[in-house]
Amino acid sequence: MAERRDTGKATRAATRATGEGAAPVRLAVRKTYKLYLGGAFPRSESGRSYPVTSADGRHLANAALASRKDARDAVATARKAFGGWSARTAYNRGQILYRVAEMMEGRRDQFAAQAVAAQGLSADEADRVVSAAIDRWVYYAGWTDKVAQVIGGANPVAGPYYNHSAPEPTGVVVVFAPPNAPLLGLTSVIAPVIATGNTTVVVASEKAPLAAIDLAEVLATSDLPGGVVNLLTGRVPELGPHLAAHADVDALDLTGAGEAAVEFEKAAAATLTRVLRPTPEADGGEEAWLDPDPGTSRMTPFLETKTVWHPIGT
Amino acid sequence: MIFEYAPAPESRSVVTLRETYELFVDGAFTPAESGEHLTVVNPADESELARVAVAGAADVDKAVTAARRAYDTVWSRMPGAERGKYLFRIARILQERSRELAVLESMDNGKPIKETRDVDLPLVAAHFFYYAGWADKLAHAGLGPDPRPLGVAAQVIPWNFPLLMLAWKIAPALATGNTVVLKPAETTPLTALAFAEICQEAELPPGVVNILTGAGETGRALVEHPGTDKVAFTGSTEVGRQIARAVAGTDKRATLELGGKGANIVYDDAAIDQAVEGIVSGIFFNQGHVCCAGSRLLVQESIAEELLPLLKTRISRLRLGDPLDKNTDIGAINSAEQLERIRELTDTGEAEGAERWSPVCDLPGSGYWFAPTILTGVSQAHRVAREEIFGPVLSVLTFRTPEEAVAKANNTPYGLSAGVWTEKGSRMLWTAERLRAGVVWSNTFNKFDPTSPFGGYKESGYGREGGRHGLEAYLG
Repeated sequence: MAERRDTGKATRAATRATGEGAAPVRLAVRKTYKLYLGGAFPRSESGRSYPVTSADGRHLANAALASRKDARDAVATARKAFGGWSARTAYNRGQILYRVAEMMEGRRDQFAAQAVAAQGLSADEADRVVSAAIDRWVYYAGWTDKVAQVIGGANPVAGPYYNHSAPEPTGVVVVFAPPNAPLLGLTSVIAPVIATGNTTVVVASEKAPLAAIDLAEVLATSDLPGGVVNLLTGRVPELGPHLAAHADVDALDLTGAGEAAVEFEKAAAATLTRVLRPTPEADGGEEAWLDPDPGTSRMTPFLETKTVWHPIGT
Repeated sequence: MIFEYAPAPESRSVVTLRETYELFVDGAFTPAESGEHLTVVNPADESELARVAVAGAADVDKAVTAARRAYDTVWSRMPGAERGKYLFRIARILQERSRELAVLESMDNGKPIKETRDVDLPLVAAHFFYYAGWADKLAHAGLGPDPRPLGVAAQVIPWNFPLLMLAWKIAPALATGNTVVLKPAETTPLTALAFAEICQEAELPPGVVNILTGAGETGRALVEHPGTDKVAFTGSTEVGRQIARAVAGTDKRATLELGGKGANIVYDDAAIDQAVEGIVSGIFFNQGHVCCAGSRLLVQESIAEELLPLLKTRISRLRLGDPLDKNTDIGAINSAEQLERIRELTDTGEAEGAERWSPVCDLPGSGYWFAPTILTGVSQAHRVAREEIFGPVLSVLTFRTPEEAVAKANNTPYGLSAGVWTEKGSRMLWTAERLRAGVVWSNTFNKFDPTSPFGGYKESGYGREGGRHGLEAYLG
């Protein structure tokens, strides 16, 4: 685990100076991985954590093991943030998503190192995945102020009425992130949900959750209001049933729900919660998410159409 | 009233009813395997209109098989332009037979002929015309360069707008290349069976449209049949939940158009006479049997005392009675069961402390009738402010600020429709923007058009019917 953090110049210099086997002059400062709720980084209220290992089985860090109370808190936080975020102008949301890309670009090395350690990618593969993840934020930043024009519009009704339909965010979306694509896959499911003005509670990949928390640090410094994205690390079987059945959740993205997807869809039926079923890339690795133009298919499931009528007359 | 209206009944002679109707499967009327029938009555006088077959599981199976075969061999392979021509042909026949269908609909449903003639039937034909034109233009619908039909659609519709709901379901399904098995409501199957005859008249290939009559069990068998690819349902939220649960774990897609508890917000600067008209059409159109009815009136406190007497005067002038009378404003409640539900909920409102008012109003001796009713002094906690009554009962609440109006309007698990009455454009747009509802009528209410998407937020269901958006439900 210390190796994973041996990327700083100071550490490398220290290793060189002291030679093999000796204690470094400066001990690396490790990061405590916590949850991301309401713009803050709390531990799980349960006080639990679980060990996270690299692709080849080395201990990397301990991640917070979120409880169902954390999940409920996350939904409440996301609900509270929905009014403000959905009321931002599309232009402003685009600016903020672009800012996320800027912040991520500045931390390329960190994300690449994480991808190498957690997923066992080669340096080239990791670079490609990180680049694609950054570009995905740019992609959806551009969609924020275009999607309403693409899927909304004027309706030529047969009468003296002004009539138009426009998309609106559905509300709080729970996202089960893809288990085998912890960075690009994660980005690909979060960005479209918030681009359109929804707020979200994300259950990160259980076995590779660290990139999600690294991403949360980027989100926290990108002018994204607290509560728009809330990240839980933990177990889908433990958190999922409560989130799927939660009456204040408006939609589910079941991408990473695995075998529980059907059970969650049934639970969602109780309050007519919208459901995006797992798509073909759900179980794939990062490479399954490389398509640079995923289109509107991950935005429209979390949009409502509002149609407004008004008479025309003098 | 200065003068009395003479009765002006529409002639029933344009309608020829058969004594018994069988199921419409694979292009022909076919007896149900069970041999069971149910009796359809005219809700305005409880007279028997006809007997219709009750489809069982075996009949559902036959219909789905026929629809599948028609899908595989004919309909999905036909060029869109040709499919469209069948729909144009159906639209024309609907127009030609609209008088007959309007009278039949009023007899079967109990709604006034004024509405079936001027609203339901024109919209039915328009819906087929609209989607007919889409059939060869699907690549331009913004759903990809080569959108594909889903297959066989199971469609279950309610009794409040029987033929219009059929049109909303069948027209987009057929235009996009799907075939359908449709179940009309138990109490209002007759215009759907007349539509089956129209399909024959249009020489629509057998199996493209199948009509199965029956009650809840038939509907359940249809939506749960594994051979269908799509479920489209309009009806109660409770059944909608069951369907959402039933399609989980399958590849089926579902669109659900469910209940509502629409708020009609009247600000103090509204044009008050127009608002009164809008409130009346919002709740008393179709006896309030409208999922998007404006059943909660939210009136700004400062004008409540001025508005309520005007509203009561207007309601006193509504004419309740024979649905076939061209002067009738309010027809019959569709069934004894629905009448009981309206009575029960309205009584609850009174018991919970609301003040009940109805105009002096003679109800006919036979049939199912409920006088237009308003409940004032209703609070957010009352059942009549929270539950869908689906009848001519208006709950009146007040508010002081726009923020309070929006908060109250959105304080419901439903989100289908809402109304806003104000002369100030910026306030209208501000309010419309904040209402969590799929359709917002400003300075108007209960307007429908085939080009205008319709459908709800939250527990009012998902998916849209009408317009370009309506195609999405039937294309993969």
